Amino acid sequence: MGIDQIITYVFCGLALLSSLMVITAKNPVKAAMSLVLTFFLSAGIWLTLEAEFLAISLVLVYVGAVMVLFLFVVMMLDINLTQLREGFIRYLPIGLLVAILMAVLLIMAVGPAHFGLEQFAAPARHAADYSNVRELGSVMYTVYVYPFEIASVILLVAIIAAIALTHRRRPETKRQDPAEQISVKREDRMRIVEMDTETRK
Amino acid sequence: MALSDYLIFSAILFSISVAGIFLNRKNIIIILMSIELMLLAVNTNFIAFSYYLGDVAGQVFVFFILTVAAAEAAIGLAILVVLFRNKRTINVEELDSLNG
Repeated sequence: MGIDQIITYVFCGLALLSSLMVITAKNPVKAAMSLVLTFFLSAGIWLTLEAEFLAISLVLVYVGAVMVLFLFVVMMLDINLTQLREGFIRYLPIGLLVAILMAVLLIMAVGPAHFGLEQFAAPARHAADYSNVRELGSVMYTVYVYPFEIASVILLVAIIAAIALTHRRRPETKRQDPAEQISVKREDRMRIVEMDTETRK
Repeated sequence: MALSDYLIFSAILFSISVAGIFLNRKNIIIILMSIELMLLAVNTNFIAFSYYLGDVAGQVFVFFILTVAAAEAAIGLAILVVLFRNKRTINVEELDSLNG
């Protein structure tokens, strides 16, 4: 067993352990931190599969953006933890049953009998000057350029939707209303008073 | 390393996140985290196949899945914040206004 194999097995085992911590943690902050650990370890596994660009973007996008968003929301919401935890023990048997059943079925389907080294031989490692970013980019900007554009539109929609959903109008704050400002009439602002001229006594 | 090792890893990860949805069925935040774990398992499958088949298209798919997952997480958490602001709870069992 080579050193890369040991590293991959250690990363896989630790990732499974930390994902177990995600679903069993009492505190949502602890669950979010365990999820961060899981993403880091998965990025390591992706590195052993020579997907360097995606491993780095997993760390940047998930750990840097999505998990910070999760932590922000967890800390902003004032939630009753004991109330949310009840039912954990009650659903433990059925949850375990479904999970183990699903895992056994999936492993039977994807096990070494069908996807072992005989069917899929391990490819040779690329040379040191191989650039994963260049290879990914040369495909993404030619064959997949149209989905790439759609992905950017999806991100734009997500930005606008997130801001539009959470933006709160406070009635007590004073701010300008340009429509009201430009539609103002003279009669709204001043009043002409008709009166006789007065003479000095 | 055989391809089946990576596939078994992601199968177990997927099963753990399914169990997470069952166990934490009152807490929307943990449910969202379990969905992120599921997406991670699927992405690992894509990358493993991409490596063993020598086809970079799998990595392109992972790129798009990451994009959509980030958008989904942002909108999901925004909905969660609005929900909490209006109802003062994120307990799934109390969110039954649409239940006729």
